[in-house]
Amino acid sequence: MSDVSQIAAEARPIVAHHFDDVEQQHEANTLGMWVFLTTEVLFFGGTFLGYLVFRSLYTHAFAEASRHLNVPLGTANTALLLCSSLAMVLAVYFVRQDRKRTAVVLLLLTAALGAAFLGIKAVEWITDWHEGLVPGLNWLVVGPNAKHEELFFVLYFTMTGLHAIHMIIGIAVVGIAALVLARQQHVARRFTNIEMIGLYWHFVDIVWVFLFPLLYLINLHG
Amino acid sequence: MSVTTVPPRGAVGPAPKNYVNVNSSIKSWLLTTDHKRVAILYLISATFLFFLGGIAAGLVRAELVTPAGDLVSAETYNKLFTMHGVLMVFFFLIPIVPAVLGNFLIPLMIGARDLAFPRLNLASWYVYMTGAVVTLIAIFTGGVDTGWTFYTPFSSVYSNSAVIMTAIGVLIVGFSSIFTGLNFIVTIHKMRAPGLTWFRLPLFVWAMYATSLIIILGTPVVAITLVLVAIERLLGVGIFNPVVGGDPLLFQHLFWFYSHPAVYLTILPAMGIISELVTCFSRKRIFGYKYIAMSSLAIAAYGFLVWGHHMFVSGQSVYASMVFSLLSFMVAVPSAIKVFNWTATLHKGSIWLATPMLYALGFLGLFLIGGLTGLFLASLAIDVHVHDTYFIVAHFHYIMVGAVVLAFLGGLHFWWPKITGRMYSEKWARLSAVVIFLGFNLTFFPQFIVGYLGMPRRYHAYAPEFQFWNILSSLGSVVLAVGYFLPLIYLLISLRTGKRAPANPWGATGLEWQIPSPPPTYNFRETPVVTGPPYNYSAVAAEEAYREARKQEGQRE
Repeated sequence: MSDVSQIAAEARPIVAHHFDDVEQQHEANTLGMWVFLTTEVLFFGGTFLGYLVFRSLYTHAFAEASRHLNVPLGTANTALLLCSSLAMVLAVYFVRQDRKRTAVVLLLLTAALGAAFLGIKAVEWITDWHEGLVPGLNWLVVGPNAKHEELFFVLYFTMTGLHAIHMIIGIAVVGIAALVLARQQHVARRFTNIEMIGLYWHFVDIVWVFLFPLLYLINLHG
Repeated sequence: MSVTTVPPRGAVGPAPKNYVNVNSSIKSWLLTTDHKRVAILYLISATFLFFLGGIAAGLVRAELVTPAGDLVSAETYNKLFTMHGVLMVFFFLIPIVPAVLGNFLIPLMIGARDLAFPRLNLASWYVYMTGAVVTLIAIFTGGVDTGWTFYTPFSSVYSNSAVIMTAIGVLIVGFSSIFTGLNFIVTIHKMRAPGLTWFRLPLFVWAMYATSLIIILGTPVVAITLVLVAIERLLGVGIFNPVVGGDPLLFQHLFWFYSHPAVYLTILPAMGIISELVTCFSRKRIFGYKYIAMSSLAIAAYGFLVWGHHMFVSGQSVYASMVFSLLSFMVAVPSAIKVFNWTATLHKGSIWLATPMLYALGFLGLFLIGGLTGLFLASLAIDVHVHDTYFIVAHFHYIMVGAVVLAFLGGLHFWWPKITGRMYSEKWARLSAVVIFLGFNLTFFPQFIVGYLGMPRRYHAYAPEFQFWNILSSLGSVVLAVGYFLPLIYLLISLRTGKRAPANPWGATGLEWQIPSPPPTYNFRETPVVTGPPYNYSAVAAEEAYREARKQEGQRE
């Protein structure tokens, strides 16, 4: 049985007209979200394939380029995102328990941690700009491998940029969800919505978990 | 599915409330979440774009009447065939069957009240329209000359046309397919009526399921590829331009990883329609139900493993080419399974040559030619000879235009009474099916010959010895254009003057034929319960309805 069946009867979600019951609705939404996340994996997959090809072609240049990145800031950001995912999963739990205050606070915490991530990311990008690490617009790196290092930074900005767009959407959605929940009598009615938002949030988190070692940590062994 | 009710015969009096007349304001159409209305919105907009793309094709054929490039400049010619390709592939062939017939029929066929996500469905149409508007603006404010394939580094560095905007338009329309595919997968998994097990599903639903898998796995890849092309073009950096260390072959890999499966995602829904038509108009349960269902999934799976056959002469590894060649031969097996099963269904069937059946038989012929010439192209040595010639143009038109458009028209005629509640003129419809079949073959068969003789594609001028075949082809395109206009006219006329359609004019099985034509907004008054396998054409009620329909047909003529 799905999680919805554990919710007290008076706090159960409203069933849309085209569904038979709350279980069917919950299962449909869950499958829909997973299918959507599948498409997201393939969307990011194109950039990961490009990364794979060029890193195997220009291994040395990629390691060189990676040294320009700020590992402590990247590590801090990883920690922030992992904590935000914890807050998110707790928020889902407390929504199912119909505990409004805790759930709303946790959602706001999730959004705040996400915003902090973006803040640090912005600091990094601005530093990159000042150091002349932005391909096409402000590229000052010279040397025998400069051309291939530029490829690394094209991929770096594309991948972290796409990730940041997903973060902005996620923060907006989580923030709105917190506001909506704050007006509800029974937050458990929105359980499915919050769980779906949680799945999305964790996905965006996981993308970063792959990006961080691939972009920041490849020079450490060499 | 067991049919238990005999349909009402020729309704009289004012039409009962249905999804069309329930509310006729423009606003109610633009804000509808009814899957049937969204299907109509798609039908209107995709038909419009089809005729726009057709005009571009007509100009291309007009230019090719004479060997000299005298009607349009080389640059305009490039923009014309690009406009034709982009509009037809991304805005017509890919969405036409899923977004129109799939949208309309899937909930009806599985006994559901709507798709799983009705609002997402409406949103997908708005996304489609946004993509169409952006692309049309790009085409009419400067055009794009890269071909629908956007090959780098021409598209990302050298082309002086509106590449970025077109790429954005195509990117946007890709998301509308993703929404549709996602909706179908969830609907087919979670919304089936009680008793409707997977192996009781109509084969059209199986085909739409396989199509949706391709859509959700392939489309995001072409989306990110176009993003990368746009970034490369915008900033002068990039991963596809060899001058800065990039790899143009990587673009081709990423592009064809989607765009080869895209061929299958146009043909699979067409095959689904044919499965419905062949069994209905043979009055016989379909032969090899499970094999047809599973071959759809097999095509979806194999379809992702053959993209390299577009790159035999692009400089990919010769060993990769050998593997891709082998896999391309293997993907022919599930397609052949379908053709053999359809043929076996016809065998000793009681064949009724109504309009949809004419289209279905036409499909079988054209698909056979298109499919078998595909095997020529999958052979490494022959491909080197005919690569980028009119041979390949003829081949993919036989599949993507011949087969897909014939199947779509067959399906449209089959379900037109259900969709609109009106019967069209059978006489005109049969005539136009024949005209389209003849016009199509006259247009494209000469291209096999002229391509084999060595005429390359995508040039506005050509060697004089090819003129005879080109004139034949251009003549054929005129016939074909007439054939395409006929249904537009008599189908629209049928909306006003057509006889009211009964619930089941073809005596067909399937849940969609058990409800009135056109269906009410809520589809089913009570959720149907399915108790048997599909295509039970020996059942008494189906036979009665069939005899009645044939009798009425005899009276009409």
